[in-house]
Amino acid sequence: MEDNRVIKTKDVNFYYGKFRALTDISMDFEKNRVTALIGPSGCGKSTLLRLLNRMNDLIDGTRVEGEVLFEGMNIYDPDVDPVEIRRRIGMVFQKPNPFPKSIFNNITYGPRLAGLSDRVELEALAEQSLKQAVLWDEVKDILGQSAMMLSGGQQQRLCIARALAMKPDVLLMDEPTSALDPISTAKIEELIQDLKRQYTIIIVTHNMQQAARISDRTGFFYIGKLIEYSATEKIFTRPDIKQTEDYITGRFG
Amino acid sequence: MALQSSMRWRYLKEGLFFGLVRLSAFVITAALGGLLFYIIFNGLGAISWDFLTLAPTDSMTKGGIMPAILGTVYLTLGAIAIALPLGIVSAIYLTEYARQGPLVRVIRIGVNCLAGVPSIVFGLFGLGLFVVFLQFGSCILSGALTLGILILPTIIGASEEALKGVPQTFREASLALGVSKWQTIYRIVLPSALPGILTGSILGIGRAAGETAPIMFTAAAFFTAKLPSSIFDEVMALPFHVYVLATAGTHIEATRPIQFGTVLVLVGLVLVVDLIAIIIRSTIRKRKRW
Repeated sequence: MEDNRVIKTKDVNFYYGKFRALTDISMDFEKNRVTALIGPSGCGKSTLLRLLNRMNDLIDGTRVEGEVLFEGMNIYDPDVDPVEIRRRIGMVFQKPNPFPKSIFNNITYGPRLAGLSDRVELEALAEQSLKQAVLWDEVKDILGQSAMMLSGGQQQRLCIARALAMKPDVLLMDEPTSALDPISTAKIEELIQDLKRQYTIIIVTHNMQQAARISDRTGFFYIGKLIEYSATEKIFTRPDIKQTEDYITGRFG
Repeated sequence: MALQSSMRWRYLKEGLFFGLVRLSAFVITAALGGLLFYIIFNGLGAISWDFLTLAPTDSMTKGGIMPAILGTVYLTLGAIAIALPLGIVSAIYLTEYARQGPLVRVIRIGVNCLAGVPSIVFGLFGLGLFVVFLQFGSCILSGALTLGILILPTIIGASEEALKGVPQTFREASLALGVSKWQTIYRIVLPSALPGILTGSILGIGRAAGETAPIMFTAAAFFTAKLPSSIFDEVMALPFHVYVLATAGTHIEATRPIQFGTVLVLVGLVLVVDLIAIIIRSTIRKRKRW
């Protein structure tokens, strides 16, 4: 039996100091699907996302209970190296955050530090990643220029390309379009649709139309709990739970 | 009418306030300008090629100050070489690695206290530890170590500020790519913080070059015509030379021009070193923009 579920969380609780930010989250994320996490601000969806590649480790005073299984291995196991996890589970952030380096060096930064040094291979990888992120045509002649000169939308696609260059299995996206204009947003949404053929994508979004447009499955969070989780179509047409319906119809939030 | 008069009152207040702000800026600039002018006016006459390249002669009433210039350069460079790496590493530990808690707070208070300790205390400490206990004797090494400790808090403080100023998003972006913490610091955080760190070391350079008390017992010689051949040699130093000429010389009045000349050279030296640091800083800034 082939298990389609790349990441599973089992009864995950998460604390910032004494504050419990997530309560008993058990959730499966399927391979080659786009899963959207929605819910009002402070509901814990970003916290959950950052839990999946151990980015919450960076915050002092946090604590995780339960298990996060990635291909059957608990990533919070003491023997697991978070660096290794982050190589396999990439992340794109809310605000585009390119390094103050050239476009080429932004893309090749990760692979180089992971040990790839062959110039030809690096160039091929940069081209491939930029093409995947649909940025190649716009930047192929200015690879040596600073990434800071690109527009916000281009920077965000660069950040996606940078994450893809590590050849991850899973791509986590934390409101990747919230700082972008509608045209850039449309480009990135289109890109996400293409990328799911090769990657598993988990995206946090505040934009419900976006969740409806691009995701296969949607989880609705409220005050640290997973209220409802099922096929996107179902969530947005006939949710089982009243709270979900109230949220997606804009009756509260 | 009432409105008009209230507006007039506001403009008056604004004018008054701006006047005060301008005045304070002017007073500060004038004080600095006056000081520089006074030094240049009195010291320029003493400056000559011989003054810069020869050793003192005739009980230090004639000749140049070459050994003192060289001594101060060695001591300052030594202090920077010791304090810069140590200070940067400490700041990295405090901002990037240490769990923010009571221990770090105590260390930080300690660093701040160190910055407020009178320099003569550092001098005595250096005498006790480096000169006597470790038996380095009064030499460049002891003096550089003492000055290094003296400027350490300045460098730690500036480095910490610079590191904190690096956007958290840079660290996150790098770590999310599966890059280790040390590599993230080394490749991303440090290069971005370097201009700020250099600003701190500029302040440190100025202080190290100008301090007299810390080197009095640890490195500075009253008079030596010979140039140092190793770090275990005693040296003359500009600030100490001025101190000696102005207080302990046999011809205090007669050596006034030499004293002013020495001060002018010291100020000029600090300025040159600062300028170099500023140039390095601005080239780095131009290269790394975000």
